[in-house]
Amino acid sequence: MIEARGLTKRYGDKLAVDDLSFTVRPGTVTGFLGPNGAGKSTTMRLILGLDAPTRGSVTVNGKPYREHAAPLHEVGALLDARSVHPARSAYHHLLALAQTSGIPRSRVDEVVEAVGLEGVARRKAGGFSLGMGQRLGIAAALLGDPDTVILDEPVNGLDTEGIRWIRSLLRGLAAEGRTVFVSSHLMSEMALTATHLIVIGRGRLIADTGMDEFIAAAAPAVVRVRSTDPRALAALLRSGDVTVSGADDGALAVSGLSTDEVGRAAGAAGITLLELTAQQASLEEAFVDMTRDAVEFRAPGQRGARP
Amino acid sequence: MTAAHPVTRTPPTRPAGRRVTLARVVRSEWTKLRSLPSARWSLLITVASIVGFGALYCLLRVTRPPDNQAARAAFDATAVSLTGVQLAQLAVGVLGVLLVAGEYATGLIRTSLTAVPARLPVLWGKAVVFALTTLAVCLPVTLASFLVGQSILSAERLDIALSHPGVARAVLGSTLYLSAIGLLGLGLGALLRSTAGAVATLLGLLFGPQLLAGLLPSDWSDRIYPYLPVPAGAAVANVRPDPAALGPWSGFGLFCLYTGLVLALAAWQLRRRDA
Repeated sequence: MIEARGLTKRYGDKLAVDDLSFTVRPGTVTGFLGPNGAGKSTTMRLILGLDAPTRGSVTVNGKPYREHAAPLHEVGALLDARSVHPARSAYHHLLALAQTSGIPRSRVDEVVEAVGLEGVARRKAGGFSLGMGQRLGIAAALLGDPDTVILDEPVNGLDTEGIRWIRSLLRGLAAEGRTVFVSSHLMSEMALTATHLIVIGRGRLIADTGMDEFIAAAAPAVVRVRSTDPRALAALLRSGDVTVSGADDGALAVSGLSTDEVGRAAGAAGITLLELTAQQASLEEAFVDMTRDAVEFRAPGQRGARP
Repeated sequence: MTAAHPVTRTPPTRPAGRRVTLARVVRSEWTKLRSLPSARWSLLITVASIVGFGALYCLLRVTRPPDNQAARAAFDATAVSLTGVQLAQLAVGVLGVLLVAGEYATGLIRTSLTAVPARLPVLWGKAVVFALTTLAVCLPVTLASFLVGQSILSAERLDIALSHPGVARAVLGSTLYLSAIGLLGLGLGALLRSTAGAVATLLGLLFGPQLLAGLLPSDWSDRIYPYLPVPAGAAVANVRPDPAALGPWSGFGLFCLYTGLVLALAAWQLRRRDA
């Protein structure tokens, strides 16, 4: 469980994180989305006590991270795959980390195997590919068998197999009742992994909601309709709240009406329908839509928050 | 590299048994030090400097022994055999800098401070491990360098015995001085977080004050000189006290005080600043 209350961080005159409040709950994978520079990494550093907040607070499992006596058992974190000395072997990197908390060598071997690095653990970490570096970072995060897992862009540099592995790993961790908080800029990946979303833009909270609600709220469903007389149908449907636009193949894209309403209106007017489907927006479209708003509406004092 | 073993949970043994303690951090820092090739190289250079230059200088002096009674009386056999310490202090000091500043340069410090969020144990752990390592490496090496040097100098009957007053203290003092220089480098690395900046500051502190003092009027510089870091710290490594300097142990105490001050500043910064 991660709870941020009024979390604010200012670097010089730049406000990196602005009055963020959110809760990350156990048992689900919570995605952390935002455009580049939105403050995702800063927020994660604040959670881990690496940076001190200018105002506000954030707790992990009920306490500020710095006050935990056994921090590796509370939180496992992957902040930056390159937070490793390049001249030291992966094994000794993990061993030194484990020893701070009295975690036995057997657990080091266990996580090395779990992330698939057993063949290269004795090699210098500096020679690792980006993907191997990510696996090493994930091994470090899992060392203490933590209740909360925080991963910043874990799929960066991983191949398809690695991405699928991360996906099942994260879901598995959540299913065991752990809190899983993952940032990513790959929307499609997030749509497959996360069930809850926290979206920020310019350091402010834009959304803290379920994945399905987020997509529905951000970009309402569009009805695709193909008919024998698109021009007449468009004139019939168009009104104050309803927008109609033409697709290339002569079909119409109608927003503001349900499929039932479009079908009834066409039937009443005697227009024959050839196709009538509801199209759900993708997470990517919803995200672009939401964050564009956050960037545009920046009147003083206004919170960029919509539902 | 194959993927996708299921991640197994170990039986819950937490939390009391798995706390972060200073002893555990010391162990972790020892693992870090011994698994770093650059640390091994620096220590090897330290050893080679002490023994190699000591022996070389002794050989040089034997070929041109002091030719009159006054010069023979002024000949300091201990200092000649320990000449290498002058060079070794640079290797030890730079290694001290690297142990902390290297973590900032690579980003490893974020991992270290996430594992030990109280932060200060990381600095104290490094200091304890590095001080003990330099003592363990340098004490036998300075002793060996002294003995090798004396056996070379004995050819011209220039040698001195370890039992001679002040000699054993100077050999031990050289080791202590090297350790303290290492800690000074470590403190500067933690304070400045940059390898280049900390090495430059270390060299400046070791050599700068004497040069600057030389520019002052002599009654001023005479008054300041004993309190400068190197004249104070090196007093413990000299058999024959420099009349202008402090006594061996009070001088070394002052040097430790300077080092302690840098470490205290570093600790304060570590607590306060964002990592």
